[in-house]
Amino acid sequence: MLKQIGRSSTWGWIAGLLALAGFMGAPPAGAAQELRIGFVAPTTGAFSQIGRDMVNGFQMYLDEVGGNFAGAKVTFIVEDEEAKPPVAVRKVEKLIRQDKVHMFIGGLLASTGYAIAPVSTRLKTVYVASIPAADDLTQRDAGKYPLMVRTGWTSSQPNHPFGEWACQQGYKRIVAIGADYAFGHEVVGGFQKAFEDCGGRIIQKIWPPLGTIDFGPYIPTIKKNADAIFTLMVGPMSLQFPKQLASAGIRLPVLGGGTSYDEFVLPAMGDEVIGHVSALQYSAALDNPKNVAFVKKYREKYGKVPSYYSESNYSTAQMIHEVMKKTKGKWPGAAQFVKLLSTIQLDTPRGPVRLDEMRNPVHNIYIRMVRKKKEHGYDKDELWNTVIKTYPNVGQFYKYKKEEFLKQPVYSRDYPPCKYCE
Amino acid sequence: MDGRRKLLLVIAALLAVLLATPHSGSYIMVLVTHALVFAILAMSLDILLGFTGLPSLGQAAYLGMGAYLTAILATRLQFGLDWTFWVVVVLGILIGAATAAFFGLFAVHAGGVYFLMITLALGMCVWGLAYRWNSLTGGDNGIVLPPRPSFGIQLADDVTFFYLVFAFFVASLAALYVLVRSPFGRSLVGIRENELRMRILGYNTWLHKYVAFIIAGGFGGLAGVLWAHAHGLVSPEDVVLATSVDALLMVVLGGPGTLVGGAIGAAIVVFLREYLSTLVPWWQYVLGGVYVLTILYLPGGLLSLPERIRSRRAKPAGTAEAKVLQSESR
Amino acid sequence: MDTNFWVIQTFNGVSYGALLFLLASGLSLIFGVMRIVNLAHGSFFLLGGYVALTVIWTTGSWFLAIPAAALAIAVVGLLMERVFLRPLGFDPLRQVLLTVGFAYLFQQAALDIWGGDNLDISPPAVLKESAVIGGFYFPVYRAFMIGMAVVVGIILWLAMEKTRMGAMVRATVDDAEMARGVGINTSLVSMFIFALGAFLAGLGGVIGGAFLGVYPGLDFAILPIAFAVVIIGGMGSLTGAAVGSLLVGLADNFGKALFPEVSYFTLYAPMVLILALKPTGLFGRE
Repeated sequence: MLKQIGRSSTWGWIAGLLALAGFMGAPPAGAAQELRIGFVAPTTGAFSQIGRDMVNGFQMYLDEVGGNFAGAKVTFIVEDEEAKPPVAVRKVEKLIRQDKVHMFIGGLLASTGYAIAPVSTRLKTVYVASIPAADDLTQRDAGKYPLMVRTGWTSSQPNHPFGEWACQQGYKRIVAIGADYAFGHEVVGGFQKAFEDCGGRIIQKIWPPLGTIDFGPYIPTIKKNADAIFTLMVGPMSLQFPKQLASAGIRLPVLGGGTSYDEFVLPAMGDEVIGHVSALQYSAALDNPKNVAFVKKYREKYGKVPSYYSESNYSTAQMIHEVMKKTKGKWPGAAQFVKLLSTIQLDTPRGPVRLDEMRNPVHNIYIRMVRKKKEHGYDKDELWNTVIKTYPNVGQFYKYKKEEFLKQPVYSRDYPPCKYCE
Repeated sequence: MDGRRKLLLVIAALLAVLLATPHSGSYIMVLVTHALVFAILAMSLDILLGFTGLPSLGQAAYLGMGAYLTAILATRLQFGLDWTFWVVVVLGILIGAATAAFFGLFAVHAGGVYFLMITLALGMCVWGLAYRWNSLTGGDNGIVLPPRPSFGIQLADDVTFFYLVFAFFVASLAALYVLVRSPFGRSLVGIRENELRMRILGYNTWLHKYVAFIIAGGFGGLAGVLWAHAHGLVSPEDVVLATSVDALLMVVLGGPGTLVGGAIGAAIVVFLREYLSTLVPWWQYVLGGVYVLTILYLPGGLLSLPERIRSRRAKPAGTAEAKVLQSESR
Repeated sequence: MDTNFWVIQTFNGVSYGALLFLLASGLSLIFGVMRIVNLAHGSFFLLGGYVALTVIWTTGSWFLAIPAAALAIAVVGLLMERVFLRPLGFDPLRQVLLTVGFAYLFQQAALDIWGGDNLDISPPAVLKESAVIGGFYFPVYRAFMIGMAVVVGIILWLAMEKTRMGAMVRATVDDAEMARGVGINTSLVSMFIFALGAFLAGLGGVIGGAFLGVYPGLDFAILPIAFAVVIIGGMGSLTGAAVGSLLVGLADNFGKALFPEVSYFTLYAPMVLILALKPTGLFGRE
């Protein structure tokens, strides 16, 4: 008796396994006139607030148009990539294979961009890089990723004019300290090239690992005889560095890459950052009607000032909408969509945006100084990235000739070489 | 169930996976492939944990060594992208085993909770190198691999690659099965049960444990080679403590000392980590809950369930419970 | 590499070590008494910071936040020990995995309650200054962390050496079996120690929150370093935790400053070496 039960349960197990396998195979159905958009952003972990800013920006635009892009119902699927490149790769695979998305958007870190762009090529799906700023995606490797369009920026893009600006302010010797990964290398590299081409000298480069929160080991190594410090911080680093720099008694002027003072962290910062200058294609303090309306609405809805992470994804949604208007809500196919998206010209909260032939935006770069003031009619003194100079319509190669620029290697830890390092 | 029926069931389950997966939608196939790679890692850990009684908290280190070796050879030397893939497989096993041979010198003489701590420390060393040794590992950026090898057979094709990983999984399972049934495997179990007695009987228990540690490292290295190609990206995230802890959970969840238990556990944990988070934003509650509930209510893992249910049916509930608990505690 | 460099780096290393002591002393005691590898210890640290923030937001008092947060975390630890860890009995593997499960649960709960913002605890203004001594700038807050660690260390030492509870704890660390034999309620000792460990981690979280920030993920970022301290210093030994913290603080600091490429290796390699030579750590007992 017992034996028989045993045998029948063996067959039961086998049948169950087969049934499970059959169940796994059920494919999802896709409706006509539907636009399926996958979105990867970190919604847990150290970068979760940035991830939420990204999602909120896109979601806000979707809500404004009632989830409808020119007749196509938008299915918006958000996946948590935890700010880890391998997780992002797995989530993108899921979005494409399981959810059959028409395109995927986002990713946070530049290293994530480098990791998921090849997936777009491998699985023949459009990738809209709204945040990852990895230079080579739209430079030396652009040919490898024919289905990728960037609506955000390249890491070095704002820092070419910024380097020149710093030089024009009379700074001669600058110490650079930046997060040790692709994005940090490229931001510092762009700044260094333009700064040194204009006659300045980077006299030291310091690379704390991404995620450093105790700068104790690094700050004392900063050379005291510099004219200024150039910093590139991301996520939790942004908050701790200026504080620890100030309490170490270093009073040098501080310049920074855009993410060092982005609005995602600015409200939590102390007064020690007042006077720090950074460069980016966006500031919440921008005084154009589109942005004022965007900031007010966003703040009302989500209780905080939008960061560039919000703006970039809001604008991305707007650009995709524009494309869908041209196709009357019909999905034009991946290659055609990329073609259409790269010819878009649009007024966004960050200003006018168009894309260059390598599918990277050309937009204004703003030099911004942190000031404590009232902005946009809010009645409290707050920290804002006040724009002090605008470089209009800056492309990823700035003043450099594209062909010559592309001949040099991508900015890295060792390029440009630190020839003035002491 | 007797041994033969168990074997039959395992073969049937394997056949089901083999036959059903290629028709199950391309994402499920990726998940199954990932699960099979981790199943190899979990089984390698089961040799230590389940059969020898050594709970290693650093198994991700060997996966990392194999994966980084594969990635570095492929990107720096374009080596391993044609038939030389098989050379890389051998090298991956060797580097895993060599790392374990080195680490084992530090770890194997320690027992119980000290073994946990030392393997944790050793795992952290490998992570530290992967994370900071920029010029070799690319640091936080990781290494993106070129398309998968082709040697007449195109591994870039996901179905083909699934078959390959499946073959490696079956081969590993068979090899480890033979190993644990060999006299060597029996003496490992003897060490687990009572090391002192084995020593008195004249066994060199240190050497036995050391060899088991190296074998586990070798299979870990193999899993690493497959992982690098399955994923197309090798990153320090693959080597973090959480990966080692997950591997432990896989074994404990499935059932330590059963080999296939680790494979089942791998399937569940991979599913939880990669698929659940796409369903609910609060996936960490579920993952944490699985850890807590497994520990509290499934001391022998899922594979002990049929046994527990049967003995509960056969005898009054209380005593059956006590008996199972007794047989679990060692 | 002038004098300035060595003086400030040493100071920074020592002050970082001081913070590590707050975190690691509890971890070490828990390990010594209960033989539990508590992977949720980083979560206690992070939760301490978050609770402190809530107290500061509601009452505005930083001084109140310190004891309030530490006590709240002690209660969490107490419940965790009584309800979940105690029933497991002695089984290192299952205890480790259980604490991992809790680490995930705490992480998600913190995200749901306090959101994902990068937050910062703001101490009183006087602590944010820097003192200038002999031309060197010393951040006051770092000095404060050293002071806190010294005070806590002395109190712990007195409690362990001079009180009855301390004697019971020491007896349990030395030989739990024997301690039970002579009538010590080791279950009570374990409960007390786990709560104390959580208390110290929570305290560390408040103190460290003003220095490292409070954000999701800090728990897993800080945990491995705390383990390095415990492993080097010796598990279950207060002296070990103190010496280990100092060594790790300095090794980490100088490693990053002088050998950035292999900086984590300079931290973990000595740890492995010590383990190989003396598995119980510098001051641990078998």
